[in-house]
Amino acid sequence: MIRPLARPVLAAFALASGLAGAADLRIGMSADVTSIDPHFVNITPNNNVAWHLFEALTHVDADARLVPGLAESWRAVDATTWEFKLRRGVKFHDGSELTAEDVAFSIDRPATLAASPGPFTTFTRPIVSKQLVDRHTIRVKTAAPYAMVPYDLNSIFIVSKKAAAGASTEDFNTGKAAIGTGPYRLARFARGERVELVRNDAYWGARPAWDKVILRIVPSDGPRVSALLADEFDAIEYVPTPDLKRIRSTPRFRLEQKVSWRTIFFTMDQRDAAPGVTDKDGRPLSPNPLRDPRVREAIAKAINRQAIVDRVMDGAAMPASNLVAPPVFGHVASLKPEAYDVEGARKLLTAAGHPAGFTMTLAAPNNRYLNDEQVAQAVAQMLARVGIEAKVTTMPLAAYFPKARALEFPFAMLGWGSFSGDLALRSLVMSHDADRGTGAWNWGRYSNPQVDRLVTQALATVDEGKREALAREAMTAAMSDRPVLLLHHQLATWAMRRDLAYAARTDEYTLAHHFRPATKDEPRR
Amino acid sequence: MLVYVIRRLMQSIVVLFVMSALVFVGVYAIGNPVDILINPQADQEDIERAIKGLGLDKPLWEQYLVFLQRAAAGDLGKSFAFNVPAIQLILERMPATLELATAAMVIAIVLGIPLGLLAGLKPESLGARTIMAGSILGFSLPTFWVGLMLIMVFSVHLGWLPSNGRGPTTDLLGIPVSFLSWAGLRHLVLPATNLALFNLALVIRLTRSGTREAMLQDYVKYARAKGLSDARVIGVHVLKNISIPIVTVTGLQFGALIAFAIVTESIFAWPGMGKLLIDSINVLDRPVIVAYLLIIVTLFIAINLAVDLLYSVLDPRVRLADAKG
Repeated sequence: MIRPLARPVLAAFALASGLAGAADLRIGMSADVTSIDPHFVNITPNNNVAWHLFEALTHVDADARLVPGLAESWRAVDATTWEFKLRRGVKFHDGSELTAEDVAFSIDRPATLAASPGPFTTFTRPIVSKQLVDRHTIRVKTAAPYAMVPYDLNSIFIVSKKAAAGASTEDFNTGKAAIGTGPYRLARFARGERVELVRNDAYWGARPAWDKVILRIVPSDGPRVSALLADEFDAIEYVPTPDLKRIRSTPRFRLEQKVSWRTIFFTMDQRDAAPGVTDKDGRPLSPNPLRDPRVREAIAKAINRQAIVDRVMDGAAMPASNLVAPPVFGHVASLKPEAYDVEGARKLLTAAGHPAGFTMTLAAPNNRYLNDEQVAQAVAQMLARVGIEAKVTTMPLAAYFPKARALEFPFAMLGWGSFSGDLALRSLVMSHDADRGTGAWNWGRYSNPQVDRLVTQALATVDEGKREALAREAMTAAMSDRPVLLLHHQLATWAMRRDLAYAARTDEYTLAHHFRPATKDEPRR
Repeated sequence: MLVYVIRRLMQSIVVLFVMSALVFVGVYAIGNPVDILINPQADQEDIERAIKGLGLDKPLWEQYLVFLQRAAAGDLGKSFAFNVPAIQLILERMPATLELATAAMVIAIVLGIPLGLLAGLKPESLGARTIMAGSILGFSLPTFWVGLMLIMVFSVHLGWLPSNGRGPTTDLLGIPVSFLSWAGLRHLVLPATNLALFNLALVIRLTRSGTREAMLQDYVKYARAKGLSDARVIGVHVLKNISIPIVTVTGLQFGALIAFAIVTESIFAWPGMGKLLIDSINVLDRPVIVAYLLIIVTLFIAINLAVDLLYSVLDPRVRLADAKG
């Protein structure tokens, strides 16, 4: 009972010290950071820290739309050449000036780090040559017309050539080589525990509100929330959905929510024979029912997406009608989520020659997406209502992904975050073709020549307006054939002290420099 | 004695060998870290290149031979996910785990033995009954639940103690420890208590049953008859005789505390080795998993050896040279 009395006093004190200018921000992070080297492995927790220290030529805004970063403008000189004009007067943390040479060095560096389990070379490989036009202009050439260069370069952090040449991962971790242009400088990286940052007073952009930032790594959900409740953190990311209600009803906290770019869906095996798909007596089914568009439509109609969103996700999701979430490039607003229609689903199954339904394995990870296991159970129960007996098998991601990529599951959960509709289609829906690098995550081996053609065309179109039209056309064509079973887009949620505000982001990054003291009339969510 | 120690060490090497082979095959059977860590946009060429970059394209026996070759030179490989030597990763987290386990053990022993003695000497008293009832709770409540309750009560509601993390560290003989500062101690209290509960209950019960048994022995009656004070009879004669089972169990439990502090470390975000192991398993970071298990096995072997040696100190009748294995 000490707390409630002490709190107003503490709050007043915090406010007073905030006015005095000495402001710290402590954020509870949900995943471990393995390295400060921004080119070593392309995983979200590492990139999240890197976005404080480093920047890229292009940035994305809160809606996941491309905006200028270290490059103040870019254009396609011809179909295979892109020119980037660097922002002038940008200084690295060591005081040296950002030049085109640092950019060229940064584009080359990922390929030199051979022992990476998740290299950044995906984004640098299309670039076949570079030309330094002047100190602040760089041109890159691709072998074939490729519209995604400005998007791909959003993933390549620009490091200082002087500091990073020959530097090891350890040099970045100690801070020696971690010299970027970002709004914060690295004060200390305590692996598995915390990352401490201090403000970069020479930052070219808006001055961040916090002198010092501590990113504490607390992967367990319960303890992360407890630490917020105990006032040890000012904000946390990835609020577990069962705690949303509690935090919402506690006046000294507020939530910021935004639709995330992560779409949750099930892939459906559409090869001639799918392992684990049988009739009710356990005999393999031929032909594979999942190849039949009527069966896929029946499955789509059998799912009550709103019920999943309300009951399983506690509201932290929205029913999906596209492979990409609403703010994302290439989203088609006219597509609507499939309506829940058990009768219609039964009729379609009967018409397809499966009046009694069939049996299949339904696989999902149990530690990857928000409430993934519960979502899988809910989908299985809904399928049972139309006669499809789905045997649920869930496992940790470490066991799940290798099996799923070996196509061992006919019906497998996958979550996907993408910059744009055409990119998502390229990886998920385009025909699997190892040589062309398309359909790498097309676990169902769906193939549709029309979609292939439209996506290829979109990715080669450098005019953004034309490209988005093509991407939308491709999305519409693909979704009408239901290559995957769409479920929902997750909502990303941040919880914080009432006197803070955060510009919630579709790309789910938690960026300290986008936290600010709340204004008086800030709405409470 | 020396022969005994040498023989034990020889056995240990065989155990380490078998262990590393098992982990290699086990992790290989599950998959590789590239499948988990590769970025979504990557195509087949990227994936194959990454697998090759980590040397995971070679057949399993070849990978294992390379590992053995390097291990013989003291190099257990670099972590796939962290890109730093696995041994370094583990050693930098070890002090935190050792500190936590030691604090938990100290709590268990310092509280457990007196409480157990009390319960054993006056088994029918109200105090003894209360202690025994409490020890049942210590046994049966799951660690993660108790941990969360401790946080809810002492951090969220009362606001007395920090809910997670390790306090500031200072170097003691080159090892970073946190118990020397007030802030460090405050961070240590809850996780150490959480981790200690099970062992506290265990020590109480062991001490109590040992005491009850010993009090009926002839040597106690004889000592009493000789006119020795209660304090001397209990503090020296009884305690020394009941200490063998307690040393055995606490020795084994100490190893278990270190190896399985995972739950407590996760709940209190304690930056120890357990959390590292879980994270490494999640991304199939084989060098770290192998190195971790090798270190833990070594630790167990060392603790068992120490316990055996302690026996001979406590009970002169035990002759190590005669023991077979």
